[in-house]
Amino acid sequence: MSHSVVQPTPASPTPEGGHLLDVRDLHVEFRTGEGVAKVINGVSYHLDAGETLAVLGESGSGKSVTAQAIMGILDTPPAVIRSGQILYQGRDLLKQSEEQRRQVRGKEIAMIFQDALSALNPTFPVGWQIGETLRQREGMSKSDARRRSVELMDLVKIPAAAKRLGDYPHQFSGGMRQRVMIAMALAMNPKVLIADEPTTALDVTVQAQIMDLLADLRRDLNMAMILITHDLGVVAGVADRIAVMYAGRIVEHADVRSLYRAPAHPYTKGLLESIPRMDVRGQQLSTIKGLPPNLMRIPSGCPFHPRCPYVQQVCVDVVPHDLVLGDGRTSACHFAQEVRDDSAR
Amino acid sequence: MTAPASSTKVRGETILSVDNLVKHFPISQGVVFQKQVGAVRAVDGVSFELRRGETLGVVGESGCGKSTLARLLMRLETPTSGRATLEGKDLFSASGSELRRLRRNMQMVMQDPYTSLNPRMTVGDIIGEPFEIHPDAAPKGSRDRRVQELLDVVGLNPEHINRYPHQFSGGQRQRIGIARALALRPEIIVCDEPVSALDVSIQAQVINLLEQLQDEFGLSYIFIAHDLSVVRHIADRVAVMYLGKIVEIGTEDEIYERATHPYTQALLSAVPVPDPEVRNDRTIIRLTGDVPSPADPPSGCRFRTRCWKAQDICATQEPHAVPRAADPHPSACHYAEVRPSLP
Amino acid sequence: MSDFETVAATENQAARRGPSGEPGAPNQVGAAQKPRSLAGDAWRDLRRKPIFWISLTLVVLVAAMAAFPGLFTANDPRDCVLARQHAGPSGGAIFGYDFQGCDTYSRAVYGARASLLVGALSALFTGLIALLVGMTAGYFGRWVDAVLSRVIDIVLGIPLLLAAIVLLKRVNSDSSTVRIAAVIFVLAVLGWTTAARVVRSSVITAKEQDYVAAARMLGAGDSRIMLRHILPNALAPAIVVLTIALGSFIAAEATLSFLGIGLKAPTISWGIDIDAGRVHMRESATPLVVPSAFLALTVLAFIMLGDAIRDAFDPKLR
Repeated sequence: MSHSVVQPTPASPTPEGGHLLDVRDLHVEFRTGEGVAKVINGVSYHLDAGETLAVLGESGSGKSVTAQAIMGILDTPPAVIRSGQILYQGRDLLKQSEEQRRQVRGKEIAMIFQDALSALNPTFPVGWQIGETLRQREGMSKSDARRRSVELMDLVKIPAAAKRLGDYPHQFSGGMRQRVMIAMALAMNPKVLIADEPTTALDVTVQAQIMDLLADLRRDLNMAMILITHDLGVVAGVADRIAVMYAGRIVEHADVRSLYRAPAHPYTKGLLESIPRMDVRGQQLSTIKGLPPNLMRIPSGCPFHPRCPYVQQVCVDVVPHDLVLGDGRTSACHFAQEVRDDSAR
Repeated sequence: MTAPASSTKVRGETILSVDNLVKHFPISQGVVFQKQVGAVRAVDGVSFELRRGETLGVVGESGCGKSTLARLLMRLETPTSGRATLEGKDLFSASGSELRRLRRNMQMVMQDPYTSLNPRMTVGDIIGEPFEIHPDAAPKGSRDRRVQELLDVVGLNPEHINRYPHQFSGGQRQRIGIARALALRPEIIVCDEPVSALDVSIQAQVINLLEQLQDEFGLSYIFIAHDLSVVRHIADRVAVMYLGKIVEIGTEDEIYERATHPYTQALLSAVPVPDPEVRNDRTIIRLTGDVPSPADPPSGCRFRTRCWKAQDICATQEPHAVPRAADPHPSACHYAEVRPSLP
Repeated sequence: MSDFETVAATENQAARRGPSGEPGAPNQVGAAQKPRSLAGDAWRDLRRKPIFWISLTLVVLVAAMAAFPGLFTANDPRDCVLARQHAGPSGGAIFGYDFQGCDTYSRAVYGARASLLVGALSALFTGLIALLVGMTAGYFGRWVDAVLSRVIDIVLGIPLLLAAIVLLKRVNSDSSTVRIAAVIFVLAVLGWTTAARVVRSSVITAKEQDYVAAARMLGAGDSRIMLRHILPNALAPAIVVLTIALGSFIAAEATLSFLGIGLKAPTISWGIDIDAGRVHMRESATPLVVPSAFLALTVLAFIMLGDAIRDAFDPKLR
């Protein structure tokens, strides 16, 4: 890989003791005609330079909305950020002007999406689209932007990059389109890459290629990455830490190995037990009963209590706070110790 | 619901047999005067048998022809050539009332629970429609009761008979689709990616329901999916498809433990395992490139363009899915061998 | 506490079918036990909409005028005395008199019949032709579609006025019934294309839906699929196009009457009166404004009614 293309990020200029990206107690609502949906209810997570944080959750858990709030691409209205901070290198992005946020977007924090076909403009060649940001934001000349686009396409391992510069998005396969998107995201050397379900629309063999690519890029460029996914299998391979989201809250937060070995929240435990595993035979699939909650009527106390096998009266009455377990993990469950001990058995 | 008559029939006998099934979609130009300029070989010579009470998994990546195969078996598409017999009757030559009778034996559960239910019909109308089309399946007076029984069988509240599909979640809609497929008490249900549109915590509920219904009614499933973990969980036998052909077929054990076709091996190795410790011990076979276009498949072995074992013979001579020396289950590879380090 | 009880109840319910129970829909509606039809639900929905009642009142009012004009005015619209030319309101003539000395209000009331007849019947026939052609082309596709689509293109290419002049010139009868029928015929024959295109494209969309495939797999025939699954989903956009067309047909009748080839005096229609009022607008605007207002309100009422009905028949909006 040619390291001249994108320089590894120098040691993070983050203030002493702070994190590169630090989301603190974020609350987001969607106000619709039918009522107020509480989509994010006090989410906090942080990211340090060079590490990969996986945000795991099902549809409606708020995992993508958090990322959109970080990027400043939430549609307001209907979305309203009620409270919270998003600190990037110590500065609160939510207090910045739109102009300042535009500077951060792409240059500091970039994002790739699940559906590469709709994220690319079908009427322009991919080379032109990759180069567009460079021409507009960096003031590069046409030929420089072109040269750089080829380098970026090489970087994401698109074969015969120089020849494919003039091709249109529909002429690429799904996997190649996702590579084009990654190339566009990398154009401005971001320090943080947010990947929102980057492989969900792809076949398994292509999925593996893209996840490998992302892992290589992150290591070579010393980027930090937030990987948003619903797929417990994908997470296991690449993430350092996992934040599990449910009903707009982070219910469990741990390093990957301890979380998979002994989940400490009943929701995580239920998820892990409900997915069929290819490497285990004759397994009985247990299920999480019921449905994820309607965000306009989140259950009292712990939002997971109607589906939880550990439910007690306290779960109905009291919202559980993050319980810090010995090994630096947290779990928002009144019975976190018990659940973890059960899982470890 | 009482058990269907099929429970008296012999479990394990062949119920459906498919022989050299082919479907080419013509690529044509022109509007009024059309000219054929090529063909997409979506399904290109597929043969298999389905036994009573078993689940045959069909796996492959997008474009391999697995969904077209389902549509052919359901007579939504007309095959270019090939034969299929359902309980001894020719599936593709049937028409009119004979076809309608055959359809009662074979139903399908579709992938997308949002588009597979008519938004303007109530759940009762949707599940009751089979009885309107086949009036002899249930006397008129008993239909509402039958619909409510079916709702109960798939784990939905029978009182919700008057609701519309959009008032249900994805998992519940999929249950409605399953109830509709069960209404005529078919012998075979073709499940085309029945859980891939659902959330992880809901997938297991639907898989368990399908397994439970199979035991209860003696159903045979053709279970089409791209998720190899789900297929391993539910299937007795598995067929692996690549570019319109079955490249390997065998029992769950033969495919997942002793696969001899390089494509199967690559596919299996690429499946993400939700366990960081197992994961580091596994070697992933990294396939290069993309699946070639089914309009212009490679000569000889169709997998040769992405295969690390490919030799000259692979370009000239097409390997057939026959038992190989490495393992006695059919595999379409000249160099079939078991790869020992599979997880 | 009540939440906790709900949990227990839920568990009992789930226990009936093992651990897979998934009780409770996210959008709780009142559990209705009686069988309900789509039309019944649409009616329940419509009853709560003020816009439906307003537009329905207007439509009923206009229809009543068309059927029983004598209920709305005691004056004879043909009782014209030149001495009253552009005279102010007096007696039952609440809007005064026009150029010919006829009662403006009375003429507007009596004009409803011809205008409404032309508008409603043209829209009805247009709708029938459009549904037939659009459904056939969209459902059967291939060469049927190719041929019918070209027919649509050709009819769409015919200039409405030119063709209307050619066709209506041949109608020599002065009988009011014959002339109204001729105008309706011409408007329907030339006006169905837009609606047919809308029907065709919504049929093509509906045809590709999985639920149509599901019905076919159950053994449903073409007629059941077209009537039960495709038509209800293709009807909504057609209704909207037709309510708008209804208004434009009433307006087209006015144009044709102005050109002297549509309706003719002694027939009374809004079109004829709007045209007459337009000529003498400078002397008095009322004979122009009154029939125009009747026309505008009628058209608006039909469009609002169509809109409300379409929404009511769409369960997703409920």
